[in-house]
Amino acid sequence: MGPVGVLALQGDFREHQQSLERAGAASRQVRKPADLDGISALVIPGGESTTIGRLATLYGLIDPLREVIDGGLPTFGTCAGLIFLAVGTVRDGPPQLGCLDVIVERNAFGRQNDSFEAPLEVEGLEAPFLGVFIRAPQVAKVGPHVEVLATYDGRVVMVRQGNILASAFHPELTDDVRIHDMLLSMLKGD
Amino acid sequence: MERGTDRVKRGLAEMLKGGVIMDVVNAEHARIAEDAGAVAVMALERVPADIRADGGVARMSDPAMIEEIMEAVSIPVMAKVRIGHFVEAQILQAMDVDYIDESEVLTPADEEHHIDKWAFTTPFVCGARNLGEALRRIGEGAAMIRTKGEAGTGNVVEAVRHMRRVTNEIRALASMSAEQLMSAARDLGAPFDLVQEVAETGKLPVVNFAAGGLATPADAALMMQLGCDGVFVGSGIFKSSDPSTRAKAIVEATTYANDPDQLIKVSRGLGAAMPGQEIADLDVKLAERGW
Repeated sequence: MGPVGVLALQGDFREHQQSLERAGAASRQVRKPADLDGISALVIPGGESTTIGRLATLYGLIDPLREVIDGGLPTFGTCAGLIFLAVGTVRDGPPQLGCLDVIVERNAFGRQNDSFEAPLEVEGLEAPFLGVFIRAPQVAKVGPHVEVLATYDGRVVMVRQGNILASAFHPELTDDVRIHDMLLSMLKGD
Repeated sequence: MERGTDRVKRGLAEMLKGGVIMDVVNAEHARIAEDAGAVAVMALERVPADIRADGGVARMSDPAMIEEIMEAVSIPVMAKVRIGHFVEAQILQAMDVDYIDESEVLTPADEEHHIDKWAFTTPFVCGARNLGEALRRIGEGAAMIRTKGEAGTGNVVEAVRHMRRVTNEIRALASMSAEQLMSAARDLGAPFDLVQEVAETGKLPVVNFAAGGLATPADAALMMQLGCDGVFVGSGIFKSSDPSTRAKAIVEATTYANDPDQLIKVSRGLGAAMPGQEIADLDVKLAERGW
């Protein structure tokens, strides 16, 4: 099986690679369309969504990414990755792939002083998962085929739609790999 | 629910990695920076090259000017306080600035003490010339480190010196036996527990950016290849002849730092870089401020 591609335009892609390694999966950095060849799954990391969106547009990654994700490639986006995957933002936003049928609100919890960590109940996980929220977005509107996997304080912070998993928080900033395991179990077809 | 934890403070710096943080002096500059793909902006009244030229005492910027920038862009906004000036930091925290830079570019307010940064919810970035200085700042609560370089000169040589020094000192620690670490901590003037941690992990416990004198896409790529997690560009953008084009080129060079073909493309036809200065000719060396 091919390595998991990790979009490496900007952000905490190395932390995702470390989480994947702990979960037993090899990974490869993706900066150009050719880097998508042969990957078995895709991770879109946290970072600045304006920066990632701009570089992805400039380097011709938008269409190739859309194609592989719409084609069923197991995909996981965190924070900026969630924003990038979505179909729209509440206010004007950066370029988006439009693969995940949700509208997101950027910086929904406030500025950095409002960044926080809190235990979350995540659908499909037995014990709570530590959610690390950094200038985090929330899912403001959910399409009909989107399953809500976690909420915090009544706000949607993790969703799944078929092959796409996305969270407003950062599992890669913890040692807990259960959410990366969810991604990997998709590609094994569990 | 907990705010202001180490993980959350250091976490924002993790999100900035592989990106460019640009100095801006007004909302228009801030929008140019954001459109060019900056991951954050540093709001200040004068870029370091002007602070250097003007002389006098440089202080925290006017809150009105910082607020205008916070209104103008959706990316994180950082602002500078004088070394040791914890009240300027209290003001920036109350304004909800995203990151505070306790910076040698401003005139120090305290020649003996840096700010106790553990006392704040807002994270801090601090400059360092070597490993001991980096670990002292982390020991005081800094959640991100940057090289000091020599700001406002357009000369990358000091940033290179500081990054190489930190890397070499980390390598030396990693090869030491347990009983050597206490004398290493003494020689570095660094907290023992942090020395132990670095010896074990072979890296700094927080994100480390390059800063001070970067002026070209190749400068940014050089610092990335030397192991920096990202770059600050101060005077280098808005003191050049075509700031928007140069800003975009530096962003691309940071992402594609290991790809010379891309570096050719982005380096072409950028117009004049900021005028540079020889370090030996400087009257004031900003990097020598703080300890």
